[in-house]
Amino acid sequence: MAVTTPQVRRLTAVETKLYLREPAVVFFAVGLPIALTLILGGTIPDFTVPDPALGGLRPIDTHLPGVMIILSVLTCAFSLLPTVLVTYRERGILKRMSTTPVSPITVLGVQLTLNVAMSVLTTVLILVLANLVYDVPFPKTPLAFAGILLLGMVSSFAIGLLLAALASTSRIVQGLGMAVFFPSLFFAGMWVPHALMPDLLRTISEFTPSGAFGAALIDMLATGTAEWMNIGVMVAWGLVAGIAAVRFFRWS
Amino acid sequence: MAIITVQNLRKQYGDKVAVRDVSFSVEEGEIYGIVGRNGAGKTTTVECVAGLRKPDGGTIRVDADIKQQVGVQLQESIMPDKLRVGEALDLYASFYANPASVTELLDEVGLDPKVGFAKLSGGQRQRLSIALALVGNPRIAILDELTTGLDPQARRETWELISRVRDRGVTVLLVSHFMEEVERLCDRVAVIAGGAVLAVDTPAGLISRTGGVQRITFRSTVPVDSLRSLPEVHSVAVEAGHVTVTGDQNVLRAIVTALPDSAISNLKTETSSMDDAFLALTGE
Repeated sequence: MAVTTPQVRRLTAVETKLYLREPAVVFFAVGLPIALTLILGGTIPDFTVPDPALGGLRPIDTHLPGVMIILSVLTCAFSLLPTVLVTYRERGILKRMSTTPVSPITVLGVQLTLNVAMSVLTTVLILVLANLVYDVPFPKTPLAFAGILLLGMVSSFAIGLLLAALASTSRIVQGLGMAVFFPSLFFAGMWVPHALMPDLLRTISEFTPSGAFGAALIDMLATGTAEWMNIGVMVAWGLVAGIAAVRFFRWS
Repeated sequence: MAIITVQNLRKQYGDKVAVRDVSFSVEEGEIYGIVGRNGAGKTTTVECVAGLRKPDGGTIRVDADIKQQVGVQLQESIMPDKLRVGEALDLYASFYANPASVTELLDEVGLDPKVGFAKLSGGQRQRLSIALALVGNPRIAILDELTTGLDPQARRETWELISRVRDRGVTVLLVSHFMEEVERLCDRVAVIAGGAVLAVDTPAGLISRTGGVQRITFRSTVPVDSLRSLPEVHSVAVEAGHVTVTGDQNVLRAIVTALPDSAISNLKTETSSMDDAFLALTGE
């Protein structure tokens, strides 16, 4: 099926417009993580105190931006992307497209790209604003940081696509998304940093995709390296969820 | 020449046979109706023709590029709430190699390009859906349950639109369970029941198959029992002075000959309609 560039460009333009016409979407994916970084960084005194355990870095240098980046990624991956895809399927839009010269897989690709772009944009804004406002250093190894971000996104978005594949209605996918979203944030260290978790809980966390993502991303911000174990867990989840999503996804 | 030929189509979902054995062919430029009750296999049949479903048996030949030259209007296809009419048409136009003019289409279906999908009425959504089926400049338009849920005014407007589409030379395959719609629009009709074709004919041909049944109603001041013995009469029913007689084409003359002129008032005749033909064919 020939999909030429002008069609993809037009579809991207339309889907982006629709995305931006939902103010709540922009707020939760972009505004909230940035605002929380700036507000919590400025209001919780402990966040700005250097910690010898972190080699003299402050939690605002590592933990806070790390979990806020994950908040943005998971919002896009577990909530926004699956909801749009299931709504499109529910409304017959994907089926409708499959009668045209453009395959509905294009819409999936555009939506995936859009949500990845949105969380990358948020990540960059968090790093830049935290640097400007609180002097948070940029990642020491930008390429490795980008690699970990990419892996975390691959595993998160693969799970999001699996949710979209399994849920039959948009109502169900929203419920499923939330049921995965909050525990995932917890395992990522949103409320209790990994360093403060009991050993057993920390071990469990690091076998979850978001827990491994959180650990690796915060390590990256603190030391410029990540553990192979965390990387392996993300790759494994990405593969398993990705293959299952492809296996179970329905266009109508 | 036939532009669509379907032979011995068979399709089942698990154990449930949706289409058992359907054959028909559609000539270029005609409006071809597929009628039947809910669950008769109409939608499955046209979805196979549109390439949306893979048949389990039989052959389908469509003499057109199935993606580029066949426009499809699906039952209950809803666009994103915040997508505007003009954006939807521009987007779908961009999918095709040789699209129709969006401005002309908007004019034809009478829609404002700036209105968002969520704000459209049922009739407007249906017109947008038809416009989307036509935006690729198709040779064939497949329209499924086009006017279900529309008010009579919107339904009539939609019918006029379809007539104009045919006048442009587009072949239309129309799925319906509205007999009035079929009688008005279709050149030929296939009646489907239980996943098989019961009859293919023009609407008039289908109606005449039921034997041209006439129904006469009137008020009578004299007893009408004598009518029952007339060869032209099939049945006589009397309710509170109100008489309903059915019979063949000569039943009216038989009644006025048999009864005194002065006894009859409020006389009305109804010829059998597409509805009667459909009910007779599908066994009710």
